[in-house]
Amino acid sequence: MVLLSLAYHSLKNRKLTTTLTVFSIALSIALLIGVENVRVGARQSFEGTISQTDLIVGARGGSLQLLLYSVFRIGQATNNITYESYLKFKNHQAVEWAIPYSLGDSHRGFRVVGTDENFYKHLRYRRDRSLSFASGHEPRGVFDVALGADVARALNYKTGDKVVITHGVASAAGRGIQDHNDKPFTVCGVLNKTSTPVDRSLYIQLEGISAVHIDWADGAPPMPGEEVPAEKITKDTVKIDQITSFLLRNKRRIDTLRVQREINTFTEEPLQAILPGVTLQELWRTIGYAEDALTVVTFFVIVVGLLGMLVSLYTSLNERRREMAILRAIGAGPGKIISLLVFESFLLTVAGCVLGVGLIYGASFLFQPIVEEHFGLYIPVQAPTPTGLIYLGAVLAASLLIGFIPAWKAYRNTLSDGLTPKL
Amino acid sequence: MTEPAVVCENLRFAYVKDRPVLDIERLEIARGEKVFLFGPSGSGKTTLLGILSGVLTQFEGKVNVLGREIAKLSGSERDAFRGAHLGYIFQLFNLIPYLTVVENITLPCRLHAERRGALGGVSLEDAAKAAAAKLGISHLLAQKVTNLSVGQQQRVAAARALVGAPELIIADEPTSSLDYDHREKFLELLFDSCKEAKATILFVSHDRSLMHLFDRQLDLAVINRAQTVATAE
Repeated sequence: MVLLSLAYHSLKNRKLTTTLTVFSIALSIALLIGVENVRVGARQSFEGTISQTDLIVGARGGSLQLLLYSVFRIGQATNNITYESYLKFKNHQAVEWAIPYSLGDSHRGFRVVGTDENFYKHLRYRRDRSLSFASGHEPRGVFDVALGADVARALNYKTGDKVVITHGVASAAGRGIQDHNDKPFTVCGVLNKTSTPVDRSLYIQLEGISAVHIDWADGAPPMPGEEVPAEKITKDTVKIDQITSFLLRNKRRIDTLRVQREINTFTEEPLQAILPGVTLQELWRTIGYAEDALTVVTFFVIVVGLLGMLVSLYTSLNERRREMAILRAIGAGPGKIISLLVFESFLLTVAGCVLGVGLIYGASFLFQPIVEEHFGLYIPVQAPTPTGLIYLGAVLAASLLIGFIPAWKAYRNTLSDGLTPKL
Repeated sequence: MTEPAVVCENLRFAYVKDRPVLDIERLEIARGEKVFLFGPSGSGKTTLLGILSGVLTQFEGKVNVLGREIAKLSGSERDAFRGAHLGYIFQLFNLIPYLTVVENITLPCRLHAERRGALGGVSLEDAAKAAAAKLGISHLLAQKVTNLSVGQQQRVAAARALVGAPELIIADEPTSSLDYDHREKFLELLFDSCKEAKATILFVSHDRSLMHLFDRQLDLAVINRAQTVATAE
């Protein structure tokens, strides 16, 4: 292809403008693909917050609310559910496992979650990752507490430290409603980072939650001097009355809807079961506007990049009138002149796309751990998404169209110049 | 080969209506002839070359180049015809700056299959080498054209005009940027090469010191009846 090689050599000859143009296109492509990858990554991170859980069960109320407090530790439950109901479904013949959550206490702004060993054993996030301990072990005693990775880092706690939990959800400043000063907990372990809300909570046993409230009556703390001393409390002496919600996994996926209906029509107390995937999608739709805005901005960046190319090609045409006249003289017709210019813009854009995609994958590869560490956003380094490929194709098509503008100008020039360029 | 290389009859051309630049009753150039065309600036020399090479098309009358009616060819046919059968040498800046010498020389053959076919099986490289050898620029083939002196550039241009044996060479003041010694040398080389290819040369210049080297001298001021001093040049 003579013209393609001409276009290539012509671009190579204008090294500086070519390099700058390719770079500006590459940066906008990198941004476009980057935003797309972040979008997909954010979505996958979000949807991967909880996996392998078929149902989330709590007191009847809004399904979004149940998801928010059970999975994201945002907001409060309006009602608790009885431990009996939980046991009933935990031991249901279709159920494989259940993870109970008892919420409502906090420590310096971080939620304290009462749960049991199933949490460490069965909780999965991002498809099939399970929890693991960076140090120590899961809570075994009533007053043991395990820390999420962010909690340990923010508060600089390590195993063996004493932690006093606060009744109700306190602000980070620590002004809770009422501290459970009389019954401090001991840090028994720190979880590895998961980049999910798991990192931002403290975990104690269900019995621990009951234990700190053992001497409370009618929602009020015991009078001074009437506290039950911590050392008198053992696992056998505390009784668990209620929990806030629980996660459920069925033995067979096909039972999920049946169990859900069974829970929703449970007559002994008003319960509701939600499908986490469906509710997560609902939630994503409500907060997904930001990604649209980001995509729109990126498109404008692409437009600017292509306009830059247009300007650089267009302004070069005056210097190139002589070249066009030579090409005309050796028999290159207007069609070939037009093709040459269109090829040039196409080559610039192809180079920009290749470089841009290279940049963004290099950057994702390099910065993936840092982004995950600091923003809790896991961006998978994966082949371009179909949407990403469509974007690239659209940009290349646009470059062909845009290439016709300088091409047309060059064609007009050759018509008016003939073989004697007006310089 | 009996028909002439160029025939113009009642040729009239105007860039602006009613202000003709060219008005030639009859002009005939035989095959293989070396014609020196001269005339003052603005006498329409470059315009005539534009018409003969099929770039300027808004003319009246009959123009026949190498047996083809220029007016009857379509735009792309004219381009293809020019590429395949004509060699064109400008006064200056003949070369594509981003190609090497050899790439410049072979460009017409790469753009036009017909011109390439005229090489008769000789490879592009060899054809370029042969043309370069005749013009004494063999040692420059791999150079970038921007490294060449003006004289060397003009020889490369001549090599490009000659490669693939086009029948008509049109040269628009190719020597005006050369000093006298180089002019003669350049013309000698050009003539030798053309003789071999039996090409016709239409050489335009206002430098009459060279005119004795040609078969025929044409004063455009004489054959052009349009007396207006145009601004075309």
